[in-house]
Amino acid sequence: MTDLADLTIAEAGAGLRKGEFSSVDLLDAVTRRASITEAQLHAYLTLDAKGARAAAEAADAAFADGDVAGPLQGIPIALKDNMCTKGVTTTASSQILAGWKPPYDATVVRRLKEAGAVLTGKTNLDEFAMGSSTENSAYGETRNPWNPDHVPGGSSGGSAATVAAGSAFGALGSDTGGSIRQPAALCGVVGMKPTYGLVSRYGLIAFASSLDQIGPFSRTVADSAVILDAIAGWDRRDSTSIDGPVPNLAGSLDRGVKELRVGIVTELMGEGIDPQVKAAVSTTASQLEAAGAELVEVSLPSSEYALSAYYLIAPAECSANLARFDGVRYGHRSQIEGTTEDMMAHSRAEGFGPEVIRRILLGTYALSAGYYDAFYGQAQRVRTLVRTDFAEAYEKVDVLVSPTSPTTAFRVGERAADPIAMYYSDVCTIPSNLAGDPAISVPIGVDDTGLPIGFQIMAPALGEEIMYQVASAVESIAGFTQRAVLASSDVVAP
Amino acid sequence: MTNADVQTWAAVIGIETHVELSTKSKMFCGRRADIPDEPNTASCPACLAPPGAPPVPNEQAIEGIVTIGTALGCTINESSLFYRKNYFYPDLPKNYQISQYTFPVCEFGSLDVEVDGEPTTIGITRVHMEEDTGKSSHVGGGDGRIHDADHTLLDFNRAGVPLVEIVTEPDIRSPEQARAYGAELQRIVRALGVSDAKLEAGSMRFDANVSVRRAGTETLGTRTETKNVNSLRSLQRAIAFEIDRQIGVLEDGGVIVQETRHWNEDTGATSSMRTKEESEDYRYFQDPDLLPLEVSAEWRERVKASLPELPAQMRARFRNAGVDAVTAEILVDSAELAELFEAAVAGGAPGKLIGNWLTGEAIAWSRREEIEVNESDLTAEHLIELATMIEDGKLSSTAGKDVLTAAMAGEGAPHDIAAARDLLQVSDEGAILEAVDMVLADNPDAVDKIAAGDDKPIGFLMGQVMRHMGGKADPTIVKQILRDRTKGA
Repeated sequence: MTDLADLTIAEAGAGLRKGEFSSVDLLDAVTRRASITEAQLHAYLTLDAKGARAAAEAADAAFADGDVAGPLQGIPIALKDNMCTKGVTTTASSQILAGWKPPYDATVVRRLKEAGAVLTGKTNLDEFAMGSSTENSAYGETRNPWNPDHVPGGSSGGSAATVAAGSAFGALGSDTGGSIRQPAALCGVVGMKPTYGLVSRYGLIAFASSLDQIGPFSRTVADSAVILDAIAGWDRRDSTSIDGPVPNLAGSLDRGVKELRVGIVTELMGEGIDPQVKAAVSTTASQLEAAGAELVEVSLPSSEYALSAYYLIAPAECSANLARFDGVRYGHRSQIEGTTEDMMAHSRAEGFGPEVIRRILLGTYALSAGYYDAFYGQAQRVRTLVRTDFAEAYEKVDVLVSPTSPTTAFRVGERAADPIAMYYSDVCTIPSNLAGDPAISVPIGVDDTGLPIGFQIMAPALGEEIMYQVASAVESIAGFTQRAVLASSDVVAP
Repeated sequence: MTNADVQTWAAVIGIETHVELSTKSKMFCGRRADIPDEPNTASCPACLAPPGAPPVPNEQAIEGIVTIGTALGCTINESSLFYRKNYFYPDLPKNYQISQYTFPVCEFGSLDVEVDGEPTTIGITRVHMEEDTGKSSHVGGGDGRIHDADHTLLDFNRAGVPLVEIVTEPDIRSPEQARAYGAELQRIVRALGVSDAKLEAGSMRFDANVSVRRAGTETLGTRTETKNVNSLRSLQRAIAFEIDRQIGVLEDGGVIVQETRHWNEDTGATSSMRTKEESEDYRYFQDPDLLPLEVSAEWRERVKASLPELPAQMRARFRNAGVDAVTAEILVDSAELAELFEAAVAGGAPGKLIGNWLTGEAIAWSRREEIEVNESDLTAEHLIELATMIEDGKLSSTAGKDVLTAAMAGEGAPHDIAAARDLLQVSDEGAILEAVDMVLADNPDAVDKIAAGDDKPIGFLMGQVMRHMGGKADPTIVKQILRDRTKGA
């Protein structure tokens, strides 16, 4: 018999509505799975057992009353720990927010609650979402459910791992330069970054405001669409959220790719991309062509500079976004004696980890008088070029495809000492963030060591419908059904 | 400073003014913006800058700045940008201030002021939108500054209150002009109803940029910026001090250091706060949490159409009604007096007389009695009645002043007061004729002198007639009759 924890959201939802099992049963299943896998994975920072049970019981009561809010009602979902949850500890994996309980819910949290979802807890991340491996957490790293010697990717590594391991049916992550898609690829799940402004950032602890977007992790493309549908839409509390119609995703699935024009990005299939990843992506692209799509090679010449531009823009924004953590109003306050200014400086020095400090320094430098034009100004010009490149490409094709990550999951510690090698992990995902466009990663296979490979589909702004159409086709063509080693119900507590 | 110095040096002054808008809520969150006395009772999670709360601009504040810019004749930009001004300070919750840098909401305005009858137009460079900080009280240490304080008390009530900054061109040439500019700007902001613009409470604050150069030269000297100027008087004093100081330094062969200076009201002097080298690099960059601020043509037109009457227009109207410059200024500054004035003049009373009464006797009575003019019993109807009585010769202008103050004190309507006090003048020509003839008969010498062409005794005769009439005769009629009766003698 299948463990309930391994069901998709669609299957679990159908079972709930038919009364085959309860929401409490689903919660028990993922909790049991977590109790087995967490010792090795450390995907969760906080399990809100009490809150989740109350929500599951409320969902069951609603079902009993014939009251169904939507497809997420009663479904256990995990949240990346950089999203504010009222009264539930939210740390962004930083010492500076140790034990901090937000006074309010993020808009995405409120919307999931309104949809009847059961919020299981808060997942691990690279501190303030800065990293690509979930090793930069003040509370210890998360491991990959496919092989615990490897990283799950990051920064939303905890969310990716819970979905891959079956300790949640879906999860939310945030993606600033690939932080949803890259861990999704490395953990063999679906991860999606929406169009900038489609999902409210209210309550998301900001890393780089012009790039940050919240998006879903799931095991299937259809589940991804269901979660996105629940969280998308205008929010007056976020000035950058889009006041307009939300894409109709349900209608996009299972429509095939006939006569769609698919562009494979030349620059993202060259040097630096692992041959096995490249081969798998090429195969899937050819299969799309065989299914009726028109496959063309497309060049994004500026993508060469996108990584460098990103590592100026994101640190510049974070240098200001993280300035509020000063020990004055909340969070860690240094006990070293001194003036108020000393207190602020010591609190920051003690509270932030090395990668966060590195990026704050980088960003401060890039914005400084005399350097602004050469660094931040130049990076903004590159960002404009990237947008132009994408706009020109979308005149010729409907979607662009590429690998999600240049490699499969690397070993824990392998890149920790080499920030540049780590930054390169996001080379395929960053251009979409700079352009503000949506992109999704769909698992298509494994390499010869059994680690998953992700296929990225990018679309123009608010092109979610066509993107999901292609993602759904890729999913069925690739026929990837393999599950993470730790997701097997054979796994027992060590 | 000697007069010779004044002739050889010329001052160049620019003023930056911060105005807190009286909006219902703060600039970027929903918290109430009226500032209670109790610290930290008007701050909310959003204005305390918790993780994850992005700013949302306050539409009422945008309307406020567009109103100010429109009144100052500015171009209102259809699209403007918010920037982050980065610096660490404990009363700045985000440790950056949301402000504007390039592309402010309003640009290229002007303001006319007049000093000693000499009009000047002062250019307005820009008017931009930002948010206020909280307040710090540094406890312990010598000078109340953060660097050597034992601890710091923080009040975030003011943090996030909408703040408008108005920057002039360096068009101001004297401390008097600076004061006139400050006063006129304050009047305008108050007339617009967008701020209470209280200098002493800090809801309006000035920074003065001052430099000096040789008279007749074009090159600007090095400037200093003086802060902590909390009244119009100290604006004038601080600038005058700074001009003198800079001339002194230059006359002694020294150089002016570009720096921020602090005005001390008690010592009447400015002192150095920080030099340009010590000043912060604010690392301005466009705020990625906020979209460009759009002010549509319809919005701009609506604000323009609904502007109230501005002080300059009001002043011109009072002048046209016959009042002098000084009186007009007093009326412009007092809504209560202006209201009485306008109602009386609308009722046909002569502007000059009403203006003089209100700004003279009425204010004097008000100060003496410590009762505001508009809280006295004086009404516009009283003023009209009183003016008519004087015009008709029923009351002398001297007696009119007494009746005015009596009316303020609640003794009733002017005619009743005059009657009760037996102040009504006799303008009955028969009664006056009788008295005149009696006086002329008693003073044949005076009559002869007048007949011989010497007018001097007329005054004496008038006094005699008035004495006979118990002082209640209309002097104009008395004089006329006297002349008529002595002409043919």
